[in-house]
Amino acid sequence: MTEEKWEPKVVAFVCNWCTYTGADLAGTSRLKYPANMKMIRVMCSGGIDPVFIIKAFERGADGVLISGCHPGDCHYNAGNFHARRRWTMFHQLLEYLGIDKNRLQFSWVSASEGKKFVDVVSKVVNDVRELGPFKGYKELNSEFTAVVNGLKQEVNKAEAVNG
Amino acid sequence: MKIGVFICHCGENIGRTVDCPRVSKAAEWFPGVVHSVDYKYMCSDPGQNMIKDAIREKGLDAIVVGSCSPHMHEKTFRKAALDAGINPFLCEMANLREHVSWVHDDIEEATQKAIDLTRMAVEKVKRNQPLATIKVPVTKRTLVIGGGIAGIQAALDVANAGYEVVLVEKEPSIGGHMSQLSETFPTLDCSQCILTPRMVEVYQHPKIKLMTYSEVEKVEGFIGNFHVTIRQKARHIDASKCTGCGLCITKCPIRKKAFNSFEEGMAYRPAVYVPFPQAVPNIPVIDETVCTYYKNGKCGVCVKVCGREAIMFDQQDKLVTEEIGAIIMATGYKLYDISKKPDDSFIKGYGEYGYGKYKDVIDGLQFERIASASGPTSGEFKRPSDGKEPKKVVFIQCVGSRDDSKGFSYCSKICCMYTAKHAMLYKHKVHDGEAYVFYMDIRSGGKMYEEFVRRAIEEDGVKYVRGRVSKVYEQNGKYIVKGEDTIAGMPVEIEADMVVLATAMIAQENASTLAQTVGIPYDKYGFFNEAHPKLRPIESTTGGIFLAGACQSPKDIPESVAMASAAAAKTMVLFGSDMLEREPVVARVNELLCGGCFYCRKVCPYSAIEVREIKDRNGVVIKEVAYVNDGLCQGCGTCTATCPSKSVELMGFTNEQIFAQIAAL
Ligand SMILES: Cc1cc2nc3c(=O)[nH]c(=O)nc-3n(C[C@H](O)[C@H](O)[C@H](O)COP(=O)(O)OP(=O)(O)OC[C@H]3O[C@@H](n4cnc5c(N)ncnc54)[C@H](O)[C@@H]3O)c2cc1C
Repeated sequence: MTEEKWEPKVVAFVCNWCTYTGADLAGTSRLKYPANMKMIRVMCSGGIDPVFIIKAFERGADGVLISGCHPGDCHYNAGNFHARRRWTMFHQLLEYLGIDKNRLQFSWVSASEGKKFVDVVSKVVNDVRELGPFKGYKELNSEFTAVVNGLKQEVNKAEAVNG
Repeated sequence: MKIGVFICHCGENIGRTVDCPRVSKAAEWFPGVVHSVDYKYMCSDPGQNMIKDAIREKGLDAIVVGSCSPHMHEKTFRKAALDAGINPFLCEMANLREHVSWVHDDIEEATQKAIDLTRMAVEKVKRNQPLATIKVPVTKRTLVIGGGIAGIQAALDVANAGYEVVLVEKEPSIGGHMSQLSETFPTLDCSQCILTPRMVEVYQHPKIKLMTYSEVEKVEGFIGNFHVTIRQKARHIDASKCTGCGLCITKCPIRKKAFNSFEEGMAYRPAVYVPFPQAVPNIPVIDETVCTYYKNGKCGVCVKVCGREAIMFDQQDKLVTEEIGAIIMATGYKLYDISKKPDDSFIKGYGEYGYGKYKDVIDGLQFERIASASGPTSGEFKRPSDGKEPKKVVFIQCVGSRDDSKGFSYCSKICCMYTAKHAMLYKHKVHDGEAYVFYMDIRSGGKMYEEFVRRAIEEDGVKYVRGRVSKVYEQNGKYIVKGEDTIAGMPVEIEADMVVLATAMIAQENASTLAQTVGIPYDKYGFFNEAHPKLRPIESTTGGIFLAGACQSPKDIPESVAMASAAAAKTMVLFGSDMLEREPVVARVNELLCGGCFYCRKVCPYSAIEVREIKDRNGVVIKEVAYVNDGLCQGCGTCTATCPSKSVELMGFTNEQIFAQIAAL
């Protein structure tokens, strides 16, 4: 794939009650945002596991957005507080994993903030576009494949010699 | 697994920007998909029949419908699946309308995204498990917290429908603020006269258990099955013996140590008292903080005069538990006490109005007591400082409300009306008196409300000045009110004999603590939150807990009563069936994996996680694991993200399902 053709791939993990509904509102209001983002619905931002994000990056996402109800508005009273704490921690760890912090963004979007949803998505897509494609895992994968291939050759050689 | 895919055009709504036939063609190639079609209106009867026929004819195990938001039609398609004989939870939706066709213009991009979303849904549905709706029994008893007019109305409605009610009121008597009011807008009927019969009805109702001088201490359980612990504070009077003769009250020698809070601090009460003469129940309370007996063990005059031996100095608080199915919150409001030292940056106070400094600067409820025939002045207009009849009264509206810089940004809603009422009541009694009202806007929406305000202005000659007051100070026995008339564009100065401040209605004392005890959300002001501002204004977001009256936002009496009856109706809807059905989106623990760290218990907002002991053959406990109580779990999944061993999963949103969606991106 050439550089011009590359389009950012963004995954959003959103809660059912606020952000998913806010996105529905963006739709009913016919607001427009880039088609680069695909959403995965969970019940509460409190239920978003850091592993989901790592998996998303591993599977070729260039950016991830996490969004739920505003603090104090959680459908489940406190789920988003747990989410907030978890993400503050996780964000710190991200760089350690070799992922630019800007590839993972958080925002509270309520069910009535269709406009905000559009702004948030546009911002994430733009930021990720600027950062370029995320190659971390792919590189790792190719390194790994190279090592495995190298090993295989060694084995083959050894077999040939012994054979 | 055989999966069917059904792509909806939604008329033109999806079809205009998404090439639906292409999406359904693409879906044919997804592994597992054996049938894929597109149709104009999937939700229509023919559309649904198409789905049902396909399920039966092709022997489908699961379906994906690419159409609108699941919030719109998930129920419809799940029902279609059920009708055709497959588990309704083996139906997933791809949101091609709200999240694709309505928000993207480019047909190519939109179609590609629609294909991706459909693929994600197919991958998810492959991992869906058949689930069964959860059924829990309902205890048909209602707890009403707060015995103001809202709580009284709710309790009577529920009880008259034949269900038992427990009414908990923290004060010694029910009645709330309405019992303090003189006459009520817009009809000027006497508040006590319309309220007292209702209070008595509550007291005598065979289905109502009235617990006054009591507070809710703990609420456990969930909709239909709450266990509530109530603290009955010690009255130091044996309620079963007391006849309410009132002899102890008249003979108590402590006359001037405690302010009478019913009279808003404008009178004293003895150490043994009922809040007001019409109190229900008419059983006094001994105030330990001022009673001599609790100081030095002496006095005991009440013991001597009580013919029924009802005085019990050593009575203790009692904890009572009740089994409850529904809860109605009706704890009302309080007035913003602007004399208080600003203890919190949120409330900055109005020192410039001199409330708390000048005796004749009073608030609305104090005015109600002065105007009331049963009040400290027997309804004669006498000002608190010297008992003289005030000839010039200034009313200031929006004190603490509609004021971002010092008070609360919201409109307190009822003050325009009660200020007009106050000015009118004053003019009716003091014919040669003058009444001025400083206002920002007059907000008198309501049946006969605008007419009422006009009457005050046109018939009773109350003078309305549009503008803010900057300062009130004392000079030669008069209160100088300095403000501006924004219509005339001039500063004004009025020499008043009394100033009445329409202070904001704010959230009840400790409302947020109570909300936490009960488990409902509240807004930044401390008012309880409704589940939806338009469509579910009576329900809290917690199942089985409803809101009534001014605890939700400032309200007048008719609104509080309407809301109370609505809350009562909501509990009856709940009591209409013996079993409650709910969606099976709950967490499940894999007991083999669970290591018993119980981090999940710490994060669960509903205390839904219990400890289960795993025993070996000899009955020896070998490990403890987490166990999810279906009745309590609301399905947020916070536990699943917290669990270090990944042994708890949210049904319908398992890690496997989400990973599958990610993989299909
Ligand atoms: C000055 C003034 C004049 C007014 N005049 C009018 C008028 O003319 N016409 C009109 O329609 N409206 C008028 N109102 C408004 C009226 O007072 C309210 O609409 C009404 O009282 C609201 O009823 P409620 O039951 O919701 O709350 P409240 O009357 O506040 O009752 C709440 C009850 O709950 C109890 N409670 C609180 N916390 C707890 C707890 N934790 N546990 C147990 N019990 C608790 C309280 O003790 C109280 O008894 C006036 C208000 C003011 C301030």
